[in-house]
Amino acid sequence: MNKKAIRDEIIKISGVNPKKCMKCGKCSGTCPSYNEMEYHPHQFVYMVESGDIEPLLKSESLYKCLSCFACVERCPRGVEPAKIIEAVRLMAVREQGKNHLKSDAIPELLDENLPQQAIVSAMRKYSK
Amino acid sequence: MQRIGVFVCWCGSNIAATVDVKAVAEALAAEPGVVFSTDYQYMCSQAGQDMIKEAIREHKLTGVVICSCSPRMHEATFRKTAESAGINPYMVEIANIREQCSWVHKDIPTGTEKSIILGRAAIAKVNLNAPLTPGESPVTKRALVIGGGIAGIQTALDIADAGFPVDIVEKKPTIGGKMAQIDKTFPTLDCAACILTPKMVDVAQNDKIRIFSYSEVEAVSGFVGNFDVKIKKKARYVDEEKCTGCGLCTEKCPQKKVPNDFNLGMDMKRAIYIPFAQAVPKVATIEADYCNMLKNGKCGVCAKVCTAGAIDYKQQDEIIEEKYGAIVVATGFNPISMDKFDEFAYNQSKDVITSLEFERLTNAAGPTAGKLLRPSDGKHPETIVFVQCVGSRCDACNEKGKEYCSKICCMYTAKHAMLTRDKYPDTDVYVFYIDVRTPGKNFDEFYRRAVEEYGVHYIKGMVGKILPEGDKLKVRASDLIENKQINIDADLVVLAAAIEPDKSARPLATMLTASMDTNDFFTEAHPKLRPVESPTAGVFLSGACQGPKDIPETVSQAGAAASKVIGLLAKDKLMGNPCVAQSDEMMCNGCSSCERVCPYGAISYADKEFRMPDRTTKVRRVAQVNEAVCQGCGACTVACPSGAMDLKGFKNAQILAEVDAICR
Amino acid sequence: MKVSYYPGCTLKTKAKDLDFYLRKCAEVLGVEVEEIENWQCCGGVFTTSNDEIATKLSSVRALSEARDKGQKLLTVCSACHNVIKQTNYQIKNDKDFAFRANNYMKEATPYEGETEVIHFLELLRDEIGFDAIKEKVTDALKDKKIAAYYGCLLLRPGKVMQLDDAENPTIMEQLIEAMGATPVVSPYRNECCGGYVVLEDAESAKKKSTSITENAKKMGADMIVTACPLCKYNLEKHDQSIPVVYVTELLAEALGIKEGAR
Repeated sequence: MNKKAIRDEIIKISGVNPKKCMKCGKCSGTCPSYNEMEYHPHQFVYMVESGDIEPLLKSESLYKCLSCFACVERCPRGVEPAKIIEAVRLMAVREQGKNHLKSDAIPELLDENLPQQAIVSAMRKYSK
Repeated sequence: MQRIGVFVCWCGSNIAATVDVKAVAEALAAEPGVVFSTDYQYMCSQAGQDMIKEAIREHKLTGVVICSCSPRMHEATFRKTAESAGINPYMVEIANIREQCSWVHKDIPTGTEKSIILGRAAIAKVNLNAPLTPGESPVTKRALVIGGGIAGIQTALDIADAGFPVDIVEKKPTIGGKMAQIDKTFPTLDCAACILTPKMVDVAQNDKIRIFSYSEVEAVSGFVGNFDVKIKKKARYVDEEKCTGCGLCTEKCPQKKVPNDFNLGMDMKRAIYIPFAQAVPKVATIEADYCNMLKNGKCGVCAKVCTAGAIDYKQQDEIIEEKYGAIVVATGFNPISMDKFDEFAYNQSKDVITSLEFERLTNAAGPTAGKLLRPSDGKHPETIVFVQCVGSRCDACNEKGKEYCSKICCMYTAKHAMLTRDKYPDTDVYVFYIDVRTPGKNFDEFYRRAVEEYGVHYIKGMVGKILPEGDKLKVRASDLIENKQINIDADLVVLAAAIEPDKSARPLATMLTASMDTNDFFTEAHPKLRPVESPTAGVFLSGACQGPKDIPETVSQAGAAASKVIGLLAKDKLMGNPCVAQSDEMMCNGCSSCERVCPYGAISYADKEFRMPDRTTKVRRVAQVNEAVCQGCGACTVACPSGAMDLKGFKNAQILAEVDAICR
Repeated sequence: MKVSYYPGCTLKTKAKDLDFYLRKCAEVLGVEVEEIENWQCCGGVFTTSNDEIATKLSSVRALSEARDKGQKLLTVCSACHNVIKQTNYQIKNDKDFAFRANNYMKEATPYEGETEVIHFLELLRDEIGFDAIKEKVTDALKDKKIAAYYGCLLLRPGKVMQLDDAENPTIMEQLIEAMGATPVVSPYRNECCGGYVVLEDAESAKKKSTSITENAKKMGADMIVTACPLCKYNLEKHDQSIPVVYVTELLAEALGIKEGAR
């Protein structure tokens, strides 16, 4: 896919219009995972809009988003950055063989108290 | 049969480039009633108008059709031209072949065809036009100003200065509005009270100005030049004539737990109070919900201590009826509620305040006597964070804030930051901004001084969340330039809350039949060329009720509104609009449908005697139109089931003739 | 009253207490809880992407079954609640999604968002009432200082969840008061615990969880109450010095019915 096609696909599946962003940075100001991320929520919005998506697809930042919706809740422009991050992540993991979390790796991550909820959530977020 | 002249304008190339004007003139020459048809480069020019006049005389024209721009531009011009050549101005019709043809169509055949059709319709109408004469109405030479903030004060002073009497209706016990609550003013930093209170005194001393304080407009009827207004003077339980404003009652009142709205609830007042030392009128008011005497008849201290005998627990609301020629709306603004923005913890910490509250905290007459102290513990804040654009510039779908920029926040925040650093140099001051908007004389220079001379830390980014932890406010924000998330332990956070029109504006607009936008700001008659007039004749706009404004802008607009009022009141008579409704009494069946739909109350019913064919008389109930009140909207003509109502100048027959001509 | 009930996977395995005490409390409070037949896992997280249909079908099935019975759908696990409420919102507001989801389902009557999804807390507040609870509680929790921990999933997105003010919620504090204890309001109560990221980056989850527990302790809380198994796991894993209890278990204790636990 070319740059524009990837951008359009992300906009389509996320349902987010990045043009609404006024670049205030509130999403990044509120993100609890900011310091774990190489690219931050406001950069996801901006870079998708400008078509600079390749670095995002390769970035570990995709897997640091907690889906806590703090950015969605607080964005004054209704941009919903978490949905953009989710769409980019889906673009990445939907590619064949690109699952970020493989089922073989799971047993090692378990401890006796870990709720099932964590495993299904992680599988859903990190794999296809 | 009319003798009609058709004049097709080129408007330079505006029309002629997309409409074959010669073909239009030729085609229209063949229409019934047309005896003369021509085209010209600029019909509105002196030469063009002279040509029309000459044609009227030479061809003995009785009607004129101008094919040109929108009637909003030049209908009045051409009506005057026709009148000076001796025909009734209402025998002129405009076919809009610019906005509706040349500007919207790309190719000449389409533009030309539509121009011919519109010309045909106008000709068909003129064939049925009749001369009309506007009625006259007198002008009541008194103005009403609704709202006694700086906008209302300035407008009232300017109108009174021209010699006309003015009444100010203010819902609070004193005039002064928001400016009275403000400490210093940008960009010069003079104290608000020092420049406002002399104006308030001027108002009080001006014998042309009456102040109805603690009062609200209840009802408005009538029309430009002749408004009838009911004003409710709320009971303040103090005789304004007798009260000397000594303030003894406000010291002795035992009820000390009344939230002080003048200080935005940051301290308490007594149940009988004078809002501030320079209040106008300087008269006490009782807060009925808190007064023990009014609630359960147990107290009466204020009456005992009042040497003037001004306390009147039996006082009732009073309705005052007055006539006015013009009404000025100056209802102002308020900061929006912070309830939907509690990521900033306004409802979770006393030390998160709005900018207006900050004004009171720094004002010498405020709850801390001007010392900047934290509301929670009265300590001096060492780190202060200002957050801009709280609730401004929000997307409509977000349903929390306002879509517009509140305009004044960038400057007052710069002022707050600068004054804090000036008075308390040991304080760290941060301002989080998205954009700094400072268009205004000496405004950007002011902001730069805050940064360069006073060392205010301006950070491009937005605060995302505030966590009140212990006695600190943990401010989590982004610094977009450094691409970092930063955390500041603040002692005080100040939110630049968006501003919105006062809640009283919406019901007032309904009373005045004045239009508003979706944000409840009053709409101006023209956004550029008639900025201080409402589209409703005789209603004028002053200050922030029309849109966010700072003080200099408000004062300019207040003066402009006053000059429009003066222009109106200087006239002895107003020419009415002759295109008003008319009832055919023979056809009217007295059903009241028209009366019910009339938004102006212009229709009434009367019993009238009619002679019947058999020479007997019969009394019938028929509709009658007050031509001075009718605005010619035409609602009644549509509602009338028997076809008795017609609009002069836009009769049903004329409209149908136009439709027929278009469909031909 | 009778409600449909969607417990969710975790409540059948690692969070049995959450389920067990919900049923106990409901019984005492006069609510008949009818477990949805053959329910399937909600998936733990709501996928926000428009083109994800299949991952939301288990929610639609549960919603549809409650609709057929004319009952409200009760949940208690924050994750299930979030997923099912968001799915319900989407099916109500996104015609295209509703059409495609129903195409998969082939139900006799297409599901169009008719069911009302309620959280156990909403059941207590809106159906039973905190005043009624106040009358039924013992003084088991007297003198206890309890910090409510909401996390993200119960509250956000506020427009969809509508459980309470997403930035300044009070529903759990009101319950704590009704149960006779003293609520401790921590500003971290709607901060994320780290969620499923604990699998990917345990250090990140630790940072988030400990900031929550540290603050609750600093504010003088004896315990933290939550409705989410994953929040409980994260908070307990990274800080053993303050107990974290399920809201249903706490209510059972307040009602004096905790004896006879499994």
